[in-house]
Amino acid sequence: MTFLEVTSFLANGFIISLIIFAVTLICGIPLGLPIAFCSMSKFAPLRAVAKTFVWIVRGIPLMLQIFIFYYVPGLLFGNPVFTHIDRYIIENFTIPNDGGVLQLLLINAGGLCAVLIAFSVNYACYFSEIYRGGIESISRGQYEAGYVLGLTKSQVFRKIVLKQVIKRIVPPMSNEIITLIKDTALANCIMIPEIIKQAKELAATKAMVWPLFYTGVFYLLFVGLLTILLGKLEKKLSYFN
Amino acid sequence: MSVLEVKGIKKSFGKVEVLKGIDFCLEKGEVLSIIGSSGSGKTTLLRCLNFLETADEGIISVNGKTIFDSSLHKQLSDNEIRENRLHFGLVFQSFNLFPQYTVLGNITLAPSLLKRGTPEEIEAEAKALIERVGLTDKLESYPCQLSGGQQQRVAIARALAMKPDILCFDEPTSALDPELTGEVLRVIKDLKSGDSTMIVVTHEMEFARNVSDKVIFMADGVIEEFGTPEEVFLNPKSQKTRSFLNKDIETNG
Repeated sequence: MTFLEVTSFLANGFIISLIIFAVTLICGIPLGLPIAFCSMSKFAPLRAVAKTFVWIVRGIPLMLQIFIFYYVPGLLFGNPVFTHIDRYIIENFTIPNDGGVLQLLLINAGGLCAVLIAFSVNYACYFSEIYRGGIESISRGQYEAGYVLGLTKSQVFRKIVLKQVIKRIVPPMSNEIITLIKDTALANCIMIPEIIKQAKELAATKAMVWPLFYTGVFYLLFVGLLTILLGKLEKKLSYFN
Repeated sequence: MSVLEVKGIKKSFGKVEVLKGIDFCLEKGEVLSIIGSSGSGKTTLLRCLNFLETADEGIISVNGKTIFDSSLHKQLSDNEIRENRLHFGLVFQSFNLFPQYTVLGNITLAPSLLKRGTPEEIEAEAKALIERVGLTDKLESYPCQLSGGQQQRVAIARALAMKPDILCFDEPTSALDPELTGEVLRVIKDLKSGDSTMIVVTHEMEFARNVSDKVIFMADGVIEEFGTPEEVFLNPKSQKTRSFLNKDIETNG
């Protein structure tokens, strides 16, 4: 295999990594909000449920959570829903056999669903704590200034507090987002063909070890790009403090 | 008819009784200064008027209409509280400008959200207010680019934009460097000639004496002395008022 062929083989895997990355952000960022509001609720039972949930999700390794989402429906409820997804796809679609992205996506679609759910829930919990910290860091004076002008609670939150919260959470969120792209490698524990799994495939079938280390370049380039973009966002919000 | 009538306001935080029955009236266009040492309940009184705290007991009437009456034992809805708040404006000790909006944005935000006119009208009124507090050249500045005194002047304009019946000031100059208090006090003084009704909680005795029509001296949650500045400053009836004023003379000359 030439260097170019290896690169393209790994790049297909990295696209799967990027899909996990993107879906986790698209689902996790909004999902973190209700969790944050529940954990700040004045209603104690709701707060306790939210805090316990966050404690469990943050307290268990993400890899274990992937196993839980993947296996527990079948083991506990006799309904291996992700295996059903796989079977449905095999019966209804012709999976190409060219090693392309579509093949990688469909070959273990059920497992990929389990990974996406596990990642979204896990990151939503981390995000919720960042949101909570950001919201609680805004001084009471900002709310009161809005209230005495006759604004509603929702107007005060949307028009006054929200942007200040966003400014404060950009640095910790950037940290999580950068961690996330590297965490996608955990998906290979249930054979999702992300980039590390692809490299291991080459090691097993072609006795090539160097592509495993070469994968680092993909991560590095992407994290570099993220750093630049998130830095720009931070700068954009630097006009006030 | 008084623009504001306050009867028997009481407020406790836990076991601490901060207000022990406050009564006073305010006529339209009057300036009322509230003086007294820290912890006497001045700020809590203002916060009760602005419904940032709910008084435990008492009655508050504005323009003859009762807006709060504890004896009715009725929980006010969020909307009623908002309606009531619109009678009052509040300028905070720590300004509390919205940092992400410009000076103009700070002033137009509430009138636009509450649809108090067309965008053009709101902007024109805001600009007139900014001119009144002398900050026309800072229209597009952000709060972090302004001095404390300038920020407080913007906060005053912001409160005026909602046209409150009564404008309240909670120690408006306490967070300012001494050389900046003058510009803020001057703006408040100018408002007086503009016929605004105001309640000013202050430590500036000189200001209370020269600008107000009435002065309240509070101590330990009660009104210890109430009268015109001459009565309170030159001829105090209460021993507590005398010792407070003497201490002020000792420290401030």
